[in-house]
Amino acid sequence: MKINTSALVMILYILFLMLPIYWLINMSLKTNQEILNTFSLWPNELTFDNYIVIFTDPSWYGGYLNSITYVVMNTVISLSVALPAAYAFSRYRFMGDKHLFFWLLTNRMAPPAVFALPFFQLYSSVGLFDTHIAVALAHTLFNVPLAVWILEGFMRSVPKEIDETAYIDGYGFFTFFRKIFMPLIASGIGVAAFFCFMFSWVELLLSRTLTSVDAKSIAATMTRTVSASGLDWGVLAAAGVLTIVPGALVIYFVRNHIAKGFALGRV
Amino acid sequence: MSLELANIELKVEGQQHIYQTSLTLENATMNVLLGPTLSGKTTFMRLMAGLDKPSSGRIIWNGEDVTGRRVQNRDIAMVYQQFINYPSLSVYENIASPLRLLNIAEKEIDNEVKNAAELMKLSNFLNRKPLELSGGQQQRCALARALVKGSGLVLLDEPLANLDYKLREELRAEIPKIFARSGSIFVYATTEPEEALLLGGNTATLSKGRITQYGKTPSVYRHPINATTANIFSDPPMNFTRLQKRNGKITLGNGLQLLPTNEMSNLSNGDYIAGFRPNHLELTRSSEQAIEFKATLNITEITGSETYLHMQHEEQSWVGLMHGIHDLKLGEQVSVFLDPSHIYTFGHEGDLVLTAPYSERA
Repeated sequence: MKINTSALVMILYILFLMLPIYWLINMSLKTNQEILNTFSLWPNELTFDNYIVIFTDPSWYGGYLNSITYVVMNTVISLSVALPAAYAFSRYRFMGDKHLFFWLLTNRMAPPAVFALPFFQLYSSVGLFDTHIAVALAHTLFNVPLAVWILEGFMRSVPKEIDETAYIDGYGFFTFFRKIFMPLIASGIGVAAFFCFMFSWVELLLSRTLTSVDAKSIAATMTRTVSASGLDWGVLAAAGVLTIVPGALVIYFVRNHIAKGFALGRV
Repeated sequence: MSLELANIELKVEGQQHIYQTSLTLENATMNVLLGPTLSGKTTFMRLMAGLDKPSSGRIIWNGEDVTGRRVQNRDIAMVYQQFINYPSLSVYENIASPLRLLNIAEKEIDNEVKNAAELMKLSNFLNRKPLELSGGQQQRCALARALVKGSGLVLLDEPLANLDYKLREELRAEIPKIFARSGSIFVYATTEPEEALLLGGNTATLSKGRITQYGKTPSVYRHPINATTANIFSDPPMNFTRLQKRNGKITLGNGLQLLPTNEMSNLSNGDYIAGFRPNHLELTRSSEQAIEFKATLNITEITGSETYLHMQHEEQSWVGLMHGIHDLKLGEQVSVFLDPSHIYTFGHEGDLVLTAPYSERA
């Protein structure tokens, strides 16, 4: 029998990709006993107790709510700052515009850990520590440059004559921006929002450093589950599964824009 | 209504884009800006529209100084060479958009849009998005939007340049119709002399940021005031050769004798440049006084009913436009004939000294 090599490679590839995710789901549906004592490819005693714990314990579901809160705040702030900035970069030439653009990008080159200390000290002294806005603002340091960069590529592909035609027709700047311009770069806005959301959602270090109780993120909650009774493997696995879900949902909704975005913009 | 450019000038980063110019466009006139690419046509339009501000000078609209006034508050409409529409809006909304901003009643908007669409043959496409239309239809949509606003000044920047031949002819025939209906001042930029002649009205010829001549289109064509204008307003470009007058004797090029006609007898001794249009060269002697030139044929282009002969006469490259199909051997000598009444005589600096006698008769 002739072996279809490409299909074989593909199957192996997907197998390797899916294995950790499968194992996580597998674990989340077992009891701690089974996880620790036996090796089983699927749950022998199927249980949803781990999920029930997360949905009933405020310290667990609170983590998700906190994360979602600052992620959404961050996405909104990043985009509303990046849109005018990207427009300026794409439409006007001003002194030092190229340097400024480069400098914005260099912000992304430093690891978040570098900024953990200054942010912690600053936010503590101005009373922002352990608030949602603190994490959201900290993340804009990384998301605004990326969003500006993505949006600028999209805006550049819109001819300047459209702006001028709109002004000649009598549109004011803001009406033009909202009614004519934004629909033209909708894919770009979608892609930028996606990247902001994802970065903010998976970022652990800053969110853990800048919060303690009231705004504790889910990632931080997960790293602090060691209790007197040891690690609660099953609940932790269930939390992991639930953490993947929002990202997967966002990707599902913007998947067409992403494909379009990667082709049109310059990501 | 009138538009007056008073001593306007434009410098960008030390570079002179537009040299000091004054020009007045009268009410309900078609004005053609004719010039090669980079001659400043678009820059002039942008100044007229208020998209750019002149470095010095004033722009006066109906006696009112509008220099530096916001584009939104000016009474203008503009169509670009690229097909510029709002891609996210339907054709209907595209045409309606300038009216919506004027707070006009919905019924009236609907009426205006339908009329404009009718005129521009877009009635069947009102629900489509502009990018789902052909190039010609996209430009019609842009024209309809410019038309519907009823502006006093309509700027058309090479609106037909990106269209194929057939569509261009079709749309070109419609522009005078729109113009007649609107009663506005039209400014139309083009690189093609033929287009200027077909549109009529007034023509301003442009070269390197200067208006070289402005006047009624046929009169600019027949009486160019200098060699630059004559060259811009001739397609293919005008042919030139040296003309000398010594002791009443006139020679063309390197020693070809020319009998002085009445007009040329008044010419004082000196060196001149003789210019004539490609369509005045002939392959057969049609009049007694015609001069014969010997030239080397480089290329022939046959367009179907006409033949372009590209040839070298002494140190000058000439083009001859002949009726009919002529199958001539390349690289060989040909005899071409020119009636001396078709010669424009230019001075050394290119300014016109004697107009071609035929143009006076025409």
